[in-house]
Amino acid sequence: MALVYDMPRRKRFDNKTREQQMRSLVLAVALFLFWLALSGHYTPFLLTIGVLCVALTVFVASRMLIVDDEGQPMELLLAAPAYWAWLYVEIAKSAVTVTRIILDPRLPISPTFTRVRASQKTTAGLATYANSITLTPGTITTGVSGDILTVHAIIREGADDLEAGGMDRRVRQFEGDA
Amino acid sequence: MEVIADAISWILIALGSFFLVSGAIGLIRMPDVYTRMHAASVIDTLGAMLLILGFVFQAGFSLLALKLLFVIALLFFFGPVASHAMAQAALHAEIEPLLAEDRRGRKVPGDDEPEPGGQPEGVPST
Repeated sequence: MALVYDMPRRKRFDNKTREQQMRSLVLAVALFLFWLALSGHYTPFLLTIGVLCVALTVFVASRMLIVDDEGQPMELLLAAPAYWAWLYVEIAKSAVTVTRIILDPRLPISPTFTRVRASQKTTAGLATYANSITLTPGTITTGVSGDILTVHAIIREGADDLEAGGMDRRVRQFEGDA
Repeated sequence: MEVIADAISWILIALGSFFLVSGAIGLIRMPDVYTRMHAASVIDTLGAMLLILGFVFQAGFSLLALKLLFVIALLFFFGPVASHAMAQAALHAEIEPLLAEDRRGRKVPGDDEPEPGGQPEGVPST
């Protein structure tokens, strides 16, 4: 299981595998599209500057050794829209639940701390799961230790749902066999 | 067409504002820092999302709309990091959570040897 603490500490600078080149390329394309969307001015001079900025950024990022499966998880790119759509619906549902609790005169909260296992194989998948828990109103990831997440839930049912592991399975499916 | 976009936009903005106000009420009503964070997360997810979607309909089909969608994406990536950092800071400051139930000691399926008590470091037992 490739989790937080067994990441290789040192990688050689000259170890440019095809995979790293591919990641740098995808990063460069994504950054340039982002630049185009933010700029809105498409004169040759500005486009040249954009390309230079992207090249510099990708160069610095690969020197920093952050263009890897953790810093640039391109495998997740295709599956991301479907996952986000699912997550938005989950967020909307629990936001409504929490809003009902807030507006209920009795304030029916039952704060619960629990721990759940994250079964994701990659660090990007683990981070996605932990962040999805925090994004969903009513549950917050307060700690990660190995593959165990500590979660604070505003009502018991929130903790029960996470212990049942529906979201864990959905994130694992999103992660695929990457 | 303009009228329909306007109507959708106003409905979204009104709904978003409703969740913002509820979140703010929750911030006041909740008893401790951890439960308050749950109220705040209604604001920065559904509240902000609906508001910005409302703005997108005002902006029409343009670069501006795309930039607004980037703002939503930004909130979705940075929001949980900030919440997590705050919860950790509160735990490290040894602020005791008000709890109805503490299951931090529970055995997780597939657990061989649960840590004693299952308590994270620096957390007072409750």
